[in-house]
Amino acid sequence: MNNGESEENVVIRVKDLKKYFELHVGMFKFWGEPIYVKAVDGISFDIKKGEVFGLVGESGCGKTTTGRLLTRLEDPTAGSILFHGKDIARLKGKGLKDYRRNVQMIFQDPYESLNPRFTVLKTVMEPLLIHGIGETYDERVEMVIKALEDAELKPAEEYLERFPHELSGGQRQRVAIARALVLRPQFIVADEPVSMLDVSIRAGVMNLMLDLREKYGIPYLFITHDIAVARYMSDRMAVMYLGKIVEMGETDEIIFNHLHPYTKALISAVPVPDPDHKHGRVEIKGEIPSPINLPPGCRFWPRCPYAQKGLCDVKDPPLVETKDGHYVACHFAKKFAAGEEVPEKEVATA
Amino acid sequence: MAKELLDVRNLSVHYKILAGWVYAVDNVSFKLNRGETMGLVGESGCGKTTTGYGITQLLASNAYIKDGGKVIFDGKDFVEMSTEPSKKFSGYRKIIEYHPEMRKYRWKRISMIFQGAMNAFNPVFKVGDQIIEAILTHEDITEEEARKRVEELYKLVGIPVDRIDNYPHEYSGGMKQRAMIAMALALNPDLIIADEPTTALDVVTQDKILGEMARLQKEKDVAMIIITHDVSVVAEMAHKMAVMYAGHLVETGTTRQIFKETAHPYMEALLKAFPSIKGERKRLKAIPGSPPDLSNPPKGCRFAPRCPYAKDICLEEEPPVVEVAPGHFSKCHFAEELYGELGGEAK
Repeated sequence: MNNGESEENVVIRVKDLKKYFELHVGMFKFWGEPIYVKAVDGISFDIKKGEVFGLVGESGCGKTTTGRLLTRLEDPTAGSILFHGKDIARLKGKGLKDYRRNVQMIFQDPYESLNPRFTVLKTVMEPLLIHGIGETYDERVEMVIKALEDAELKPAEEYLERFPHELSGGQRQRVAIARALVLRPQFIVADEPVSMLDVSIRAGVMNLMLDLREKYGIPYLFITHDIAVARYMSDRMAVMYLGKIVEMGETDEIIFNHLHPYTKALISAVPVPDPDHKHGRVEIKGEIPSPINLPPGCRFWPRCPYAQKGLCDVKDPPLVETKDGHYVACHFAKKFAAGEEVPEKEVATA
Repeated sequence: MAKELLDVRNLSVHYKILAGWVYAVDNVSFKLNRGETMGLVGESGCGKTTTGYGITQLLASNAYIKDGGKVIFDGKDFVEMSTEPSKKFSGYRKIIEYHPEMRKYRWKRISMIFQGAMNAFNPVFKVGDQIIEAILTHEDITEEEARKRVEELYKLVGIPVDRIDNYPHEYSGGMKQRAMIAMALALNPDLIIADEPTTALDVVTQDKILGEMARLQKEKDVAMIIITHDVSVVAEMAHKMAVMYAGHLVETGTTRQIFKETAHPYMEALLKAFPSIKGERKRLKAIPGSPPDLSNPPKGCRFAPRCPYAKDICLEEEPPVVEVAPGHFSKCHFAEELYGELGGEAK
């Protein structure tokens, strides 16, 4: 799914990436087949220069694992991650350290992701020391101040000697952003960076991230469960379900012209801050199955109102392009796209 | 018109800490009719949970209710009934723990859905047994009868009946939340106080639970107070709402009034900071600064330091509560002027 002309601009290209966690259940680890949790099971996408790529899905769908794979906090089971054309999926040692200089992460909980015994200065300077950037101490302090100012912690000098407990949630997350920025990374993975923040603070942090994207052209992988937040932040987005991408495309294309039945259910469930909004609830049955015992065929079929026996429960639908840049993994995607009627069928429940 | 069920008048709950007082809830007044749903919204630390728990007086032992506050439930003033003047602090009343009269109201007349139902159940007892216990504590029926009722409740909230004898860890998050709702309904209460009932849940589950709650609320005609930080949940669920900021109720009215004819700058700011999947994508406006420290709140209007419309008077005097339209109140010096001027969600 690549267009030759935009090749230059692709920062990260993920191809058929998989991560299986082996599960040791009691004594069974000594004999028999090992059991796997297929957290990420063959996903592919590109992230271009200066782009915010949103990854949404419910808990347990594999979105966080994807983020951790891209920063190589987890080792992939299979597949490749191309960073400017170079495969980093199996890097080790010095090569990995060099890669990490270019890829930074912002975590969900600013109360836990900052060391409580480090001052802001020490926290933000740490990456510089690890990667041996800057000649002198003063030069590094200079860089830290610049990063803090970029994160809109002004005047930066006032924050240098503070500890995390002296900062509010929003300020902490800005310190985490400054820590990511200080290395001038070429790619940032942000895992639910605003979900712990209050509404009034959240908007400021989101705007800051968008402004920094404008200023430095840093692409983000923006992982969130909140579809309204994902819509606000991202240029393109992908919807994950049980380790697979079920739909991917331009953000508003996904929000308004989604084709996959799961995306439809997900988006219809999002509450809208408007008392006049009457939402048509799309009922999907049951709850997400466990990623250990995946249903055969399409992963969504046991809950899907359109599932057809003999097709959906047998064959896993590939992610196909229905129109320019809009990918859907559903057997009926073409029919949905053409507006054809797809009968709602009751299949025997799994 | 429906009958009045709850009347909270000038309720102030302050916490005594080593360094002084935390003015968590100050002069809060609102009314709720039978069968009505009210959304109580605000950010963390604004006092919304204290207000909710203050109704049944399930408060920490360092909480004191200021003299003059009233919580009238179905004609009975809880403050008068189960608090006594504090010996240590004049002007304050202390809650009498385990007050026998109060205990007759708790759960039987007013039940609660606690924040994070994940942890509200005791992990070493079966879920069904915990609900049965709640029923038996308050009603004089046999265990079989109670079990029958739990089965009916499970059907009502949509959990398979054979899950009654499971332990909490065998339930998914959504199911625990449903079981919590079943428990809240077990004694046919008149009022349910739901504290962030769906915050930890995924959107699809949240949507189902909210739908379920709305249906049950209508069917059983119970009144409900939903405490949440999410204005979109309130927009979907509540007939009326109350917006809290830093211990004050800044705006009350019907949900429509507050969303469409916003009369308080804080609510306007909140709506402008809230992303939506509807309509055009426009830049959100962050509210500058952060909420005040409630142990030392600002002198005048508590929102004034962050308010774009603030004038000198706002920093000096606490604003009065102004009725801008029938049933629509705003605690702002300029409520009249700003009413109709503020851009709500629609603009």
